[in-house]
Amino acid sequence: MNLRTKAPEETTVVVGMSGGVDSSVTAHVLKEQGYNVIGIFMKNWDDTDENGVCTATEDYEDVIAVANQIGIPYYAVNFEKEYWDRVFEYFLAEYRLGRTPNPDVMCNKEIKFKAFLDHALRLGADFVATGHYAQVEYVDGEHRLLRGKDDNKDQTYFLNQLSQDQLARTMFPIGHMDKKDVRVIAEEAGLATAKKKDSTGICFIGERNFKEFLSEYLPSQPGEMRTLDGVVKGRHDGLMYYTLGQRHGLGIGGDGDPWFVVGKDVENNVLFVGQGFHHDALYSDALLASKLSWTGAAPAGEFRATAKFRYRQQDVPVTVAPLENGEVLVKFDEPQRAITPGQAVVFYDGDVCLGGATIDEAYRNGKRLDYIG
Amino acid sequence: MNYFDHAATTPMRPEVLEAMTPYFLETYGNASSIHGIGRNARAALDSSRRVLAKWIGASPNEIVFTSGGTESDNYALFGAAYAHKEKGTHIITTKVEHHAVLHAMEQLEREGFDVTYLDVDVSGAVDIEAFRAALRDDTILVSIMYGNNEVGTRQPIQEIGELLQDHQALFHTDAVQALGTEEIDVKAIHVDLLSASAHKVNGPKGIGFLFMKTGVKLASRSFGGQQERKRRAGTENVPGAVGFQKAAELVMTEREDRVALYESLDLALRQRLDELGVTYEVNGSNRLPHIVNLYLPGIDLEPFLIMMDMRGMAISSGSACTAGSVEPSHVLSAMYGDSERTRQSVRISFGHGNSVEDAKRLAERLQEVVSTFMNGVR
Repeated sequence: MNLRTKAPEETTVVVGMSGGVDSSVTAHVLKEQGYNVIGIFMKNWDDTDENGVCTATEDYEDVIAVANQIGIPYYAVNFEKEYWDRVFEYFLAEYRLGRTPNPDVMCNKEIKFKAFLDHALRLGADFVATGHYAQVEYVDGEHRLLRGKDDNKDQTYFLNQLSQDQLARTMFPIGHMDKKDVRVIAEEAGLATAKKKDSTGICFIGERNFKEFLSEYLPSQPGEMRTLDGVVKGRHDGLMYYTLGQRHGLGIGGDGDPWFVVGKDVENNVLFVGQGFHHDALYSDALLASKLSWTGAAPAGEFRATAKFRYRQQDVPVTVAPLENGEVLVKFDEPQRAITPGQAVVFYDGDVCLGGATIDEAYRNGKRLDYIG
Repeated sequence: MNYFDHAATTPMRPEVLEAMTPYFLETYGNASSIHGIGRNARAALDSSRRVLAKWIGASPNEIVFTSGGTESDNYALFGAAYAHKEKGTHIITTKVEHHAVLHAMEQLEREGFDVTYLDVDVSGAVDIEAFRAALRDDTILVSIMYGNNEVGTRQPIQEIGELLQDHQALFHTDAVQALGTEEIDVKAIHVDLLSASAHKVNGPKGIGFLFMKTGVKLASRSFGGQQERKRRAGTENVPGAVGFQKAAELVMTEREDRVALYESLDLALRQRLDELGVTYEVNGSNRLPHIVNLYLPGIDLEPFLIMMDMRGMAISSGSACTAGSVEPSHVLSAMYGDSERTRQSVRISFGHGNSVEDAKRLAERLQEVVSTFMNGVR
């Protein structure tokens, strides 16, 4: 099925509008192209700031302003329950295991391109569109997920779990633009959000202190910080507050190289630390991942690709071997630093994002590393 | 006309605009000025006051112009509470009031007043015995709406008014939603304070009044000039008052026709829904004739309202909400408790310009959209 050949004036597109500049320009561009555009604001999190103002209200005000400027109808939809059940519960569960989850990947998979997409289809839409920096191209009967043109902004890492069904109904109208050009379009069109600051961090935490936020939901258990040789170097505030390869917040002084997190022993509540950014224990040559998902047809067997292990990292050459149990073994050509359980491993063939999985374990010379143990 | 949200606001009648226009362009004087053009404006204001007073069986000097229903409610409640707090701090209201009353009550609670929120029965009406039981010697104010804005249910205002005749408490009623169809005589129902708004009865937005029975004392809420006998400072909205007058005159001459029209629309809507096999129930009874609140089992309210809008049909759910926070209607919650019904009901409100054909078309669009929720269509 390829709806992309339908004439714009016969095509209804629901744009997920966040009140930011990217989704504002997304709606604007589609409207200019002649599509029948509807703007919908998703409220996924119930939050009020220190002044008792619902933070989503401000963003929705921006959506209203922009939608009226463009001349499209706008609505709001509430996915707080879906977000809590399908994203936040997962987020907490991962932290309980001492892992570092990626809620944005889950939000795209479960909310934006599932609950929201279903909502849009129910309304009679042909597509949903978002302001992600990514592209979809229909080639040889397949909807291919391609990197955003702006290397610095490419967001396919967060979209790796999308399936053909989801991609068939998705548009990324600014994916072929550079961020600075998006701003220019917003300014030229006089959109109310043209100069609005980009949001940073995890959406539901916003600008708040991460540690404080997490401690509201999960009990923290302070424990010992040790070197891999068992030398106690101090106390940690709770394993969930630390991620692999992290330098800041350890509070270990003394001579020599700075200290880094090099592993966690969840069972005994020990945080392993080591000296030097390139500490040997941070390096692995393979990983095992689960929750594997392909954007197109599943590969027949082992294949060569490039992979990213975190957002905004240059991808590196790997060999990918899907296993019979649905997991995947990824072998790196060169050892990689700080492969972090809970994060996504995402595969590429050139500019095509092939899919991805959730990292469970890292290996060095066939031996599992104590990143989580 | 596919507008079925007249309880939210109404189109202004051309006659109203025509009546107002000279007071923008020609007789634009300040009604408090000493010169001729000011006096002419003042004369129009007084004439409007006389007509509006007559509309509800009041005297002209009992009408205080305000900016609308919310200001009238706020003035009545805070004004009465502050002026009479030495006589007591107890206030009685209901759980189904408009937010202009409920949120004012919450503020009064924060300021130390003791507010009783009466329950309603499944029809949306308060029980007179429950009211009697709630009434105390130190009750200073009772505020109960005339007819509900979400489901239309009328409250036993006259009975309560009679009960309060030998009591110190002031009796306020928000009649904003009721004045388009109900014949209201403030003496017969024994109210001390009554809120009204023009834009709900085909008048202009931005003007309303508070009926204040002679002798009733309210603490001032605004300070400035000496307008409205020092009860409400601010340059008088003369064109608004003239427009409100015209709208009230239209209500008085057309009342019976309007009631008959709304009843026929209500009937046509429900007959067509029955013919189309739509499962529904009407929320509330003893209703203001222009409001029909329908329970449509199985619908998901947010997409439902969007899909109706996409079909050009303007209807609403009980409570408007911002940024996608669907809070179940407080009115339906008071009637039905924590039930799916509070999240699967829509409000249809008729008005000038709606025809029987319109009501039938609305039923057809409702059927179309309801069916998408029944077939498991994604």
